[in-house]
Amino acid sequence: MKILYGMQKPDEGTIAIDGEKVTFSSPADAIVRGIGMVHQHFMLADNLTVLENVVLGSEKLYGIGAKARRKIKEISDRYGLGVQPDRLVEELGVAARQRVEILKVLYRGATTLILDEPTAVLVPQEVDALFDNLRELKAEGLSVIFISHKLGEVLSVADEITVIRRGTTVGTAVPAETTPKQLAEMMVGSELPTPETAESTVTDRPVISVDKLRLETAGGKALLDDISFTIHAGEVLGIAGVEGNGQTELVDALIGLKGADSGTIALAEEEITSWTTRKRREQGIGYIPEDRHRHGLLLEAPLWENRILGHVTEKPNAKGVWLDPKAAQADTRRIVEAYDVRTPGIDVTAASLSGGNQQKLIVGREMSHKPRFLIAAHPTRGVDVGAQAAIWDHIREARREGLAVLLISADLDELIGLSDTLRVIYNGKLVADADPATITPEELGSAMTGAATGHLEHDENAEPGADTPEIRKSPEAPEDEAR
Amino acid sequence: MKKFDKERVLLAVAGPVIALAVAFVLSAIVLLASGKSPVEPYALMFEQIGFSDIQVLVINQASMYYIAALAVAIGFRMNLFNIGVDGQYQLAAMMAAVVGAHVDLPAVIQIPLLLLTAVCTGAFWSGIAGVLKVTRGVSEVVATIMLNAIATSVIAYLWLPDVFGVKVGNNNTTGEMHESGWVPGINMGDAGEIYGLVFLAVLLGIGYWVVLNRTRFGFDLRASGASESAAAASGVDPKRMVLTAMLISGGIAGLAGLPILLGDTHTYSLNFPTGIGFLGIGIALLGRNSPVGIAFAALLWAWLDKASPELDFHGYDKEIAVIMQGLIVLSVVVSYEAVREWGLRRQQRRVGAELAAGHVLGAHNNTTKEVAGR
Repeated sequence: MKILYGMQKPDEGTIAIDGEKVTFSSPADAIVRGIGMVHQHFMLADNLTVLENVVLGSEKLYGIGAKARRKIKEISDRYGLGVQPDRLVEELGVAARQRVEILKVLYRGATTLILDEPTAVLVPQEVDALFDNLRELKAEGLSVIFISHKLGEVLSVADEITVIRRGTTVGTAVPAETTPKQLAEMMVGSELPTPETAESTVTDRPVISVDKLRLETAGGKALLDDISFTIHAGEVLGIAGVEGNGQTELVDALIGLKGADSGTIALAEEEITSWTTRKRREQGIGYIPEDRHRHGLLLEAPLWENRILGHVTEKPNAKGVWLDPKAAQADTRRIVEAYDVRTPGIDVTAASLSGGNQQKLIVGREMSHKPRFLIAAHPTRGVDVGAQAAIWDHIREARREGLAVLLISADLDELIGLSDTLRVIYNGKLVADADPATITPEELGSAMTGAATGHLEHDENAEPGADTPEIRKSPEAPEDEAR
Repeated sequence: MKKFDKERVLLAVAGPVIALAVAFVLSAIVLLASGKSPVEPYALMFEQIGFSDIQVLVINQASMYYIAALAVAIGFRMNLFNIGVDGQYQLAAMMAAVVGAHVDLPAVIQIPLLLLTAVCTGAFWSGIAGVLKVTRGVSEVVATIMLNAIATSVIAYLWLPDVFGVKVGNNNTTGEMHESGWVPGINMGDAGEIYGLVFLAVLLGIGYWVVLNRTRFGFDLRASGASESAAAASGVDPKRMVLTAMLISGGIAGLAGLPILLGDTHTYSLNFPTGIGFLGIGIALLGRNSPVGIAFAALLWAWLDKASPELDFHGYDKEIAVIMQGLIVLSVVVSYEAVREWGLRRQQRRVGAELAAGHVLGAHNNTTKEVAGR
């Protein structure tokens, strides 16, 4: 992907566009050749309008005034993107921002679009809308490279599938003749894992109780409001929600990075609201952070130092005030073996491992300290299917042994499959709850946009996705206003 | 695993070697441009290493550079830039001189008292910047630069005859210290005396390594420097860490002037060496914040200082050494960053290659495990 977009140079091999061999030395070269990239993390300036964001950096094409506006309108209408050029980007929801990103790329004359995990941040209804857009693009003669680890999506939108594993092509498939299972087996090289948990292990012993938790911005605006829940030993509580609705803040408040403005948090019987992050971790709160590069690892430090991170005061890493590097190294070797972290040694830097292996190291590290309560924020984001299955297994196993887990994920299948209880977070509040045994991703999706509250009952009669068209038709669906 | 260790050594050495080579070449070009021999000055300066009096001068000077550079390095290790080492060590040396002139206790108490005075003064001065950063979010760079200027004024005030100053001719001094506070040196005969506090510098270097690499506190400090967000998530209180690191950095900085004060001048006067704190920044950079690297860098700097006066006798300007110091700092910054990136990328590629070849530590296969475990 980086090579296609000119960010990295290939050591071998060639790229041909329309039968003509090309070499890129920078993204600018790639853009000239009609390659456009929609990144997983949006690159938009929040305080500028859509128009300004689109023309930024390519002012020469159509100027910055009426001509540019006309062009944007034209592209937007042609592909059914429904973009309004004069709105501020900060007012837009995730799906609308993504359409702006796509329009930005088209505006620069792209004929080949690369979409990197575009659905990771979308709810199912928005995914359907995105796929409609992609079909429009296809119909107009553009090529789309759609990178995703969600098999169902790939099967429904692609004309041809190429499976890559560990940096090499392992096969190609035609969607019409392939089942998700076959595809997954190509990806993993073995049987497909599922996130389903077997029998319930929920006990009546509360491990973590949050009561009326409230967190405010400096200006007094509520980021989290009236958050109350209890997780029992052996229970996985899943939190569903569109990103940016308070999940990050909830995790920060639980691990102690942000102090609660009101409300209490209790671990077992003890109130821990005023505890520092270190004390919370020492007392048995495990933490799999949402952004492992920012919060979970020291990228340029060796693996064994990363094994110490977060547990520097605990055995085997320290004796009194002294570090115990030998013991930490030995334990790192144990984790590497037990959690199948693929690495040639424990002295290599964390940065040289793949995302999945980094994550397995983090999971191994957190599980090694026998946590009572585990915060798992997007535990399988950006990891390969094999690592994903392993991480699910570890969470399930720990749950059987009485661990309480708070699971936050954008992957609804993962949420529904792993959780014992489901809650929906919207605009900093827990607005709905659902039974993971009966709920479908589509039903959960509409609650995530704030369209449904209270206890969600699965409606046997409803056609899957029957409630989606109205959201699909109005591009600025309710979720946009709320942001 | 040996392979990666060798690799790390190679990477550690490559940076300074490239930087020094580039600096030597650039200095030679400067010499050429001014129409002089690009080789002879080096020959003259290298010749100086052989003289024992120069050796003593270099060691004495290096001890002060070393302490100052350690103070800077401890800040660097957690992404704090203490530019204020200069003001901290000067103020600390002055306070130690004042205490030394007015208090007279037995040497076993007097010397520790003077050291403590210096440490506390330095820590107090840097602590102001630390508190400002923690409470008001003031950049420590700005605060410490300003505190340098204030330190100069405070020193000028303390030098007034009706405060602590004693006029000796045209010179401002703080009066002669009591002899119980003098630290005896090692007599090298005609070559002169090596300051007794050179050993303090060595001890500080060892202490620096032990604290950073073998204690929980050191780990927290390094983690904060490597990634502030990851350190906070791991349970480090970032504000407390900033304040602690500033205090330690200032405390060490306070000691930087003492080898010469207690070993030679015995008074804080206008002749007291200035600018050691700023040189310490360059030395810490060249030494890559490692105690051994800084020792080499401090010796190199001291040699450039002490060997260059000879150039004046041979028709060259001794400022060549200063030009060189500047060029070294410039090339160090560039070459270290280049080597670091290259090293990271190289390791990523090698890890990929080793994994592809099946050298996996976690594999359930004894033969491959042995390969990786070597």
